[in-house]
Amino acid sequence: MQRVPRPSRFWATVRRVPGALLTLIWLLVTALPFLIMVLLSLKSQADTYSTPAWAWPRTLDWSHYAAVLHGPFLGYLWNSVFVVAVSVALTLFLSSLAAFALARLPFRLNGLLFGLVVACLIVPVHVTLIPIYLMTRAAHLYDTAFALIGPYVAFSLPISIFILTEFMRQIPRELQEAAQIDGCGPFATYARIFFPLARPGLVTVGIYNGINLWNEFIFAYVLTSTPGHRTLPLAIFDFQGQYSSDIPAVLAVVTLTALPLIVVYIFGQERMVSGLMAGAIKG
Amino acid sequence: MSLISKPHTAAPTRTRLHQRQDWTAAAFIAPAMVVLALFLLYPLVANFRLSFVNWNGLGNTARDVGLSNWLDLSRDAVFLRALGNNALLAVFSILIQLPLGLLLAVTLSRASRGSVALRIIYVLPLLMSSVAIGTVFRDLYDPNFGAINTALRSLHLDGLAQDWLGDPRFALASVIAVVCWQSVPFYMLLFMAGLSSMPDELREAATLDGASPRVIFWRITLPFLQGTVRTAAVLSLIGSLRYFDLVYVMTGGGPSGSSEVMATYMYRTVFSAFNIGYGAAVSSAMFLIVVVAASAALRLSRRYQTEV
Repeated sequence: MQRVPRPSRFWATVRRVPGALLTLIWLLVTALPFLIMVLLSLKSQADTYSTPAWAWPRTLDWSHYAAVLHGPFLGYLWNSVFVVAVSVALTLFLSSLAAFALARLPFRLNGLLFGLVVACLIVPVHVTLIPIYLMTRAAHLYDTAFALIGPYVAFSLPISIFILTEFMRQIPRELQEAAQIDGCGPFATYARIFFPLARPGLVTVGIYNGINLWNEFIFAYVLTSTPGHRTLPLAIFDFQGQYSSDIPAVLAVVTLTALPLIVVYIFGQERMVSGLMAGAIKG
Repeated sequence: MSLISKPHTAAPTRTRLHQRQDWTAAAFIAPAMVVLALFLLYPLVANFRLSFVNWNGLGNTARDVGLSNWLDLSRDAVFLRALGNNALLAVFSILIQLPLGLLLAVTLSRASRGSVALRIIYVLPLLMSSVAIGTVFRDLYDPNFGAINTALRSLHLDGLAQDWLGDPRFALASVIAVVCWQSVPFYMLLFMAGLSSMPDELREAATLDGASPRVIFWRITLPFLQGTVRTAAVLSLIGSLRYFDLVYVMTGGGPSGSSEVMATYMYRTVFSAFNIGYGAAVSSAMFLIVVVAASAALRLSRRYQTEV
């Protein structure tokens, strides 16, 4: 066999330079906005205009954080936690039930319904916005946390059912048959075998929907109007009106709204990445 | 009773068994379908119905106007411009996000040291809401004290300092840059996932044969990732056509419509101008455009699919 000589070590190192450079540049491009956000949020208002954005604050001014935390911020946080937790729990329950039937119960409309669910993936939220807004008003749910749960669950369902159906199809048939021999009906088979075994899939789907809904903007913007019922992304919006020209205060809110997910992410990185990717599996 | 249908069960029991299975399955699927029907499918249809009326949203004053909203839409310069902007957003998103994401994925999957920290920082933009990102970048873009212009001035490049979001010539490009900043990590992760399923033997064999990293990339890695690239392109296309959040937060579609996209136009029409019927026509058109573009993209990408 003819062997081409391996490139020398020198050239191997040189070849790595563009890659390393790209890595470094993108690191700066990604990290700098975050850094500037935090630095600005710790500056006094006078400093924001008189010093470059990337300069270290002359004095660390925590007063904006104190002001924000004493304001209605915690209310927004609680609304986000409530709406997202209820929506994700409902989504997991409803989608795992449906996925079990689609994956393992042969019935006449199986293929058609699965196709319908997949087709729903392409519906943009904006097409449903006006009717949902009108429905919410008519149901007297406008400006309540409950107004968000219906649309949030509905828009989480298609991708969740899709992923969980694929997941449950891979659970060995023998387990299902064994359960039936032991006298389990379909409900017991779902509850005792499929729901517990689908846990990794449920976690992934839960994280994916959790991140999406935590950052959801347009439904929250259109279906709620007062701080008492709005979620975190809207906190930024509402504070902007309140502190229109106080950049450090607004950026303190931005930092505080971004913080919960970032902290969770640092601890659960692997799982979060698989969750973030869930939506793209097989496109 | 078996949950699994056996194709050759005796005929008389088969129908009854099937009926029973249908009811069982219905019980499992119905709850999800009710929610989907109520908050997704019904609104979709209702939105089309609203596109044939003229209504300001108050009381029972809706008036049937037939196709007039749709006819207006086809001649509406603002809508056509928004559609054009969506197209530009799609083209540049695909041209910037995919290659950058791919390059970063390839370099990062080769780097071993320090890659965990890199991965954490790279992915941060995906975790922030668009409102948060838009707010931060609005400050960075500020013509007077924003970091971008301050940096340009301190490099004595004052001529390059611009009113990034306030100048109609730059607003759309400035927004597209942020859209890419936010989404590149997603495509990077997507390609990393694709790369992780590539057998090591492929690359090792090529290295033994003396292939340079560049040749390996073009001849092995890229063909291997073909499917992932297609998925990424379709996702980026669909995402660009329905884009709203960042544009709304950063420019609101302005100045003078220069960064208007279909979704911001719909929002303004409905919630500022209270023209519900026309807004419904805008969003229904947007839906149709997304469906047509997505199916065209899928068909095209299948046609050019080659065996690896």
